[in-house]
Amino acid sequence: MKNNSVIGWLLAAPLTLVLSIFLVAPIIMIAVVSFWGATEWSIYPAFLFDNYEFLLTSDVTYRVFFNTFKYALITWGFTLLIGFTVAYYLAFHIRSLTWQIALFLLCTIPFLTSNIIRMISWIPCLGRNGIANSTLISMGVIDEPLEWLLFSDFSVILAFVHLYTLFMVVPIFNTMMRIDKSLIEAATDAGATGWQTLWHVIVPLTKPGIMIGTIFVVALVMGDFITVRFMSGSQSANMGRLIQNDIALLQYPSASATAVILLVTVLLLIGTLLRFVDIRKEL
Amino acid sequence: MEPRPKSFYFLSAFFVLFLIFLYGPTLTIGILSFQGPGGGLTFPMRGVSLHWFRDLFEQQAVGDIWGSFRRSFVLGLMVMVTTVVVSVMGGLAFRKRFAGSTVLFYLIITSLVIPSILISLGVGLIWSQSGLPVHWSSSGFGAQLTWTLPFGLLIMFAVFNRFDRSYEEAARDLGASPWQVIRHVVLPIIAPSLIGVALFGFTLSYDEFARTLLTAGSHNTLPLEIFGMTTNVTTPVLFALGTLTTVFSLLVIGVFLLVAWVMNRRRARHGSDAGRGMV
Repeated sequence: MKNNSVIGWLLAAPLTLVLSIFLVAPIIMIAVVSFWGATEWSIYPAFLFDNYEFLLTSDVTYRVFFNTFKYALITWGFTLLIGFTVAYYLAFHIRSLTWQIALFLLCTIPFLTSNIIRMISWIPCLGRNGIANSTLISMGVIDEPLEWLLFSDFSVILAFVHLYTLFMVVPIFNTMMRIDKSLIEAATDAGATGWQTLWHVIVPLTKPGIMIGTIFVVALVMGDFITVRFMSGSQSANMGRLIQNDIALLQYPSASATAVILLVTVLLLIGTLLRFVDIRKEL
Repeated sequence: MEPRPKSFYFLSAFFVLFLIFLYGPTLTIGILSFQGPGGGLTFPMRGVSLHWFRDLFEQQAVGDIWGSFRRSFVLGLMVMVTTVVVSVMGGLAFRKRFAGSTVLFYLIITSLVIPSILISLGVGLIWSQSGLPVHWSSSGFGAQLTWTLPFGLLIMFAVFNRFDRSYEEAARDLGASPWQVIRHVVLPIIAPSLIGVALFGFTLSYDEFARTLLTAGSHNTLPLEIFGMTTNVTTPVLFALGTLTTVFSLLVIGVFLLVAWVMNRRRARHGSDAGRGMV
């Protein structure tokens, strides 16, 4: 068994090396720099609590913090509803495996193309003279173009849902495909209606998939800065934007302090979610 | 077969709407990239032309997009190969019990859920404080691996969860050495999944933005170049570039799917005919 452990270590060595240099070391570096001081053009080693003090006493931080959670929660709700429905359709209503795979691939392909391009592509749809506005005007629903379609919280959340619903579809579909179909039959035979089967059999059995999808979506939305920047036209902010702003001003210590707070928040949240699911078993 | 329930038709409609939601915007910019020379960023189309695609080939119009495309392509290949090799080794490692495996597993999860800008910031800080120049092939390469490796490893975990160990046992009983078991039994069986890992490695790297932002240095990758363009380019040339790189991604995905399909067919043909009967 000792031999086994050595081989295990050797096999895991490259992975450990990459994660040490590019994950652990950067986190430690950020934690250290968050106590440093900064002038307008440079940063210097120190042990100051100024960065944290400034952050925790400014009400901008709390507003932005709240905004970050707001985006995460709303996006989670929509991606879960849409993702569950799509996965349910693919897993239980499509009868041939070939079609299931084909339609599943159709859902996952956009994930492998550029997020930036997918964001840009909303501009002609939502803009002042965009497709949505001109359609609504020609249908007579509105007289003037809606201003809040683009560069607003609405467009930010729309883009999040557009980008990240796949992260719900894939794990939920994966879990649903492992549900023993005879359980559904048993429920039907015992007189359950379609809704009862869905709510009392399928949803409970799909929980691990929902949890994994939730972890993905929450982590991606809370850590995002580029979607918020681009889709809100720099009018809204989340924690990531705060960090990016400080970086642009070369205020690395202050950026690091915000980063530490964001990281602790995300890890606490994900850590809590992980208690409800054994990821390795569910894959 | 039973007749379709009513919910089937409702859900089909929902699914179609979902696909329109997924693909519609991208198709829109695909159409708009064929705008005539006088056209703008939205409908109506003012003529149909290849004007904006031609613009892409004129260096002065859009900056160094071909250089950044080359860099993204090379970087994608580097990340792809590394992701496959490291993920397979990692996947094999996790089949054995070794001290620290739990810690390593949680590091992988952390690497996946950590806000990307932290990797960018942390790696950038380490490089700048130690006086090294950030470059897409060193710091950028490593930063992207923190994004592709978790996906590669999750796929490997899924593969080995479904792996039938009796094949390995059979090989060992026949006198195969541990290396021979891996080389001639395990690797051929998991090969199609490795295509998937490679596809993820390449495309995730090719489109990566946030983790490369502060780690690529002065030579941009393509997504960084495109993002730079969004702030100062207001013509459909942006859409033309978006269309072109999306088509490129689709081609890459198509090639990988084709390889996986051909591999599966070859395997079916060369596989055992046990249990298929005499005729």
